[in-house]
Amino acid sequence: MEAPVFHTITLAQSGETFPCGEEDESVLAAMRRANAGPIKYGCFGGGCGVCRMRVVSGSYHSFKPMSRAHVTREDQSNGIVLLCCIRPTSDLTLAPAGVQDARKLET
Amino acid sequence: MALNQTLRPGLIQLRVLDLDKTLDFYKNVLGLDEVARTSDGRVCLKTYDEFDHHSVTLRLADEPGLDFVAFKVDSEETLDRMATETEAFGYPVEEIPANADQPGFGRRIRFKISTGHTFELYATVALAEKHPGLKNPDIWNEAPRGMGVIRLDHFLLYGPNIAEAERFCTEVLKMYVPEVCNLPDGSRLATWITGNNKPHDLAFVEYPKPGKIHHVGFLLQDWNHVGQAADLIAINRLKKDIGPTRHAITRGQTIYFWEPSGNRIEVYAGGYTASPDNPQRAWDSDHLGRGLFYYEGEMIPSFLEIVT
Repeated sequence: MEAPVFHTITLAQSGETFPCGEEDESVLAAMRRANAGPIKYGCFGGGCGVCRMRVVSGSYHSFKPMSRAHVTREDQSNGIVLLCCIRPTSDLTLAPAGVQDARKLET
Repeated sequence: MALNQTLRPGLIQLRVLDLDKTLDFYKNVLGLDEVARTSDGRVCLKTYDEFDHHSVTLRLADEPGLDFVAFKVDSEETLDRMATETEAFGYPVEEIPANADQPGFGRRIRFKISTGHTFELYATVALAEKHPGLKNPDIWNEAPRGMGVIRLDHFLLYGPNIAEAERFCTEVLKMYVPEVCNLPDGSRLATWITGNNKPHDLAFVEYPKPGKIHHVGFLLQDWNHVGQAADLIAINRLKKDIGPTRHAITRGQTIYFWEPSGNRIEVYAGGYTASPDNPQRAWDSDHLGRGLFYYEGEMIPSFLEIVT
């Protein structure tokens, strides 16, 4: 059996890192497992927008659709993602995409 | 049942991001039956124990959330009266002909309320093909699947100016308000509203952005079924939000989680029997956490911060 491929996810603001597998549930799930980062909860379904961040560097695979209420086409081309919908295909660096409070997210 | 013209919430149309995956959840985990598909690809579903044609419609869209909720009223005459009174209240009314876009449904009226949510009313709907027995009936005809939810029960909506929405529900829909939560200045933070003996048919929380939904609630038989629902959430790798726990508000025994498109679902059992002649229960906003999550005794942040 091939060993799972892990990548290192770095949070640009805090410098925290955590591992996330290519076959992992999602970057958000890996972040929660590591108890890293600012995001403490979310729908994990691409709907609520709480895990909205920007990928500064690295490549990823979007394995499920993200709500357009939170990631517009323009956002998408600027690396904005919902972490519950992506898996890494290389090391990633993440930065805040704006306000994390869902009450303040613009739609 | 103390029914007063508005019988119950009878239909909800939700947007989903992934129709196949989300539909599989509604059918095989929640336990709804697929009833029909529309020409534009929406899917109509109902619980095993509901009589009416369908109660949930799923529509594929690029953002999840609520299209509209619809309440069943007791007669076509009531529907006409409510259409007139809704216009007089200040909400322009649109009429949707029978069988236009919801198979099995008679004419509906549609309007938008202060909180930005689209409401509909209807009086007539076809009896479902697969409905509970009527003559010496067994408790079910086909064994309930998954969580085996009994009925579409209620929903919690987030939006601005819930005081006006509450007034609309009482003045025009002839519902009543068993329980409220007020801010220190006396204004409404939350309100629980019903047209029958359930503790709520719908609830509102004051929120700056219009048209948001916090959750759709489905009824379970008892506390054991809340536990079974928790098992199914774990087995199916769904994301649990809160519970199993107890609400002091409504007294429901409950669990919250998200379906695969990020719409929050509540499945719950119990709750008190409301009656329009009972005094209203009131919560101060600094006690709301304990009112909602009685066993935890405090507010759980996701409750106020995550909506679709």
